[in-house]
This record gives sequence, structure tokens and C-alpha cells, in this order.
Amino acid sequence: MQAKETTRFENIPTLLWGLVFGIVFGFLLQKGGATKYDVIIGQLLLTDFTVLKIMLSAVLTGMIGIYAMKSLGWVQLNPKSGSVGMNVIGGLIFGVGFAVLGYCPGTIAGAIGNGYLDAAVGGLAGILIGAGLFAALYPRLSQGILRKGDFGDLTLPRLFKVNDWVVVVLVAGLIFLLLYWLERAGL
Amino acid sequence: MDLFTQVRWSPYAVGVGIGILSWLTFLISRRPIACSTTFAKLSGMIEMLFRGPRVAQKPYYQKVRLVVDWQMMLVLGVVIGSLLSALLSGDFRWQWVPSTWAGAFGNAPLLRMGVALLGGVLIGFGARWADGCTSGHGISGTLQLAVSSWISAICFFVGGILTAHLIFGLIG
Repeated sequence: MQAKETTRFENIPTLLWGLVFGIVFGFLLQKGGATKYDVIIGQLLLTDFTVLKIMLSAVLTGMIGIYAMKSLGWVQLNPKSGSVGMNVIGGLIFGVGFAVLGYCPGTIAGAIGNGYLDAAVGGLAGILIGAGLFAALYPRLSQGILRKGDFGDLTLPRLFKVNDWVVVVLVAGLIFLLLYWLERAGL
Repeated sequence: MDLFTQVRWSPYAVGVGIGILSWLTFLISRRPIACSTTFAKLSGMIEMLFRGPRVAQKPYYQKVRLVVDWQMMLVLGVVIGSLLSALLSGDFRWQWVPSTWAGAFGNAPLLRMGVALLGGVLIGFGARWADGCTSGHGISGTLQLAVSSWISAICFFVGGILTAHLIFGLIG
């Protein structure tokens, strides 16, 4: 019981790597404009496709590298478990908040670094309250709606019962086409 | 050094950079880039300051332990990295009300603050409900081809696009 009363930490090298990766991530987000309310709202209003371009090219690059390293046995995947009740309902609540706040949990950290006070004061307090509210309701939710339509840590290759690379190539092709189409449409 | 003083980079350069960063976090830290769990931990830690160690006994904090971890440092790093980038390019400024908001709803900080607070509550609650956010599901989960993440990411944008149009189309 004693250990629970003091703040605990992961080991120092792990924490330092987290900090280093975070600095690079924040630097990139700011250079991309993703730390700005105007850019994020522009994406949701479908007038500025910066956020989607960043995300899709990150997914394209990340996916190919991670699956290559998985094939080589260098890394293990860590897909999140989910359910219809979790991901559809939670995703939609998040989406409404995304548009009302104009930042998400990662970009709000970047927005704070950028000097944006609506993020640092209103938004941050709200996220902390919302997360605390969920923790309070969790015992009830976890027995009910969060279990509805549970599918575990399923991945698309396992869902379609095909080799990983079939899906990787297909998704890469679709992302490439979508980005090409966005550029051609002048968006 | 010119590169670092530019205000904006191509979104594709930024995206490829984040993709490569995700290779490194998997390879070195064996973890995906993700942010929103940190806010749940922070919330629990703050509550613990007021209500004592029994907060850590809550079922949710038995699942998401109140430990200062890799991801918390990642989120702290995002603040620092963004600050660095903004300072180097002269893009840093204190700002209460973003211009798109001001254009539709005026310059009053208090209104924007209240709406940001409400949006924050929804996003904090929704991120825990869906077990991830735009980075954990939207980038790291989709790139692993997780079904949970593709469903979540699509719902983030469906909910976000509809709500943004409602806010700016009908009300603003």
C-alpha cells in the first residue's frame, strides 16, 4: 500500500526517449500547422486539407516501415482492442469535441507550446475534466456499452484472412490515390 | 539552418517525418505514438492531490496506472518541440481567440474559453470512451491496420465534420 502513496516513475532512459520523440513530434506538428485551430477547423469544414495530408502520409510511411520491420521480426504490433460500442460511440463523441474545441489531445499540447491560450486554459481544463468524468463512470460503462459488439485486437489482414502485405499494398494504393486526387482538385 | 526557420513545411514532409518517427518509437521504445491516456493520468494525479491515494483505487486507474511514463514525457515533449519550432520561425504568439473563431463569433475571450472548455470535456471523455485519439488511433492504430482504429478515426472525422458545419454553417 505504501508504494501507491508516492508518485511513481518509469525508468529514466525510457522517459528520456519519450521526451526526445515528443520534441520531434511537436516540432513536426508545428511546422505542419497542425497546432493551429484555424488549420484543424479548416479541415473539418473541408476548406483546408493540411491535417488529412499530414495524417495520410504519416500512415502511409509508418505502415510500410512497421510492416517491413514486423516481417523482419524487429518489432511486434500492438493493435488496440475495440468494440462497436467503444469505437463508434466514443469516436463520435470525440468528433463532436474535436470540432467544438478545434484541437485534439496531441495538437493541444502543440497549441500550448505555440502560445494559444484557448488551448492552455479552456481546452486543457476541459480534457482533464472529461477524462476524470470517464474514470468515474467507467465501472458502469465497462460492464455495458463498452462491451457491445466486441471484436478484440483484430487487424484488417486477420479480418479479411489475407497476408499482411495484401492489405498494406491496397491501403497504400488507396491513400496514394486519395492524395493524388486532393492535389488534382487543388485542395 | 534555413529549414528550421521556415514557418511552414509541406504537409507531406511533415507526414513522412511523423511516419519515420513512428518506426523509431516502435523500434527503440516498443510503443506507438499516442497522447490521450496522458490526460487521464494527469486528471487522476490532480484528483489525488485533493482526495488522497484512494483515487488510485478506482477501477479505471487500476487499468491505466497513475505512473509518470513514456507517453507523459512524449506529450511534454510536444509542448517543447512546438515551442521551439514556433520560436525559431517567429511564429510564436500569445493568442486568446483564433481568427476563424473571431470571424464568426467575435473577439470575446470568455465565450471562446467556455466553448473550448466544453469541447475539451467532450474530447477528454470521448478519447477515453474510444480508448484513443487522433494520434493513438488516427495515426498509430491505422498504420498498424487495427480495426478499432480505422473505425475510431472515421468516426472522429464524421463527428467532427458534421459538428463543424453545424457550428459555422448554422450558428456562426
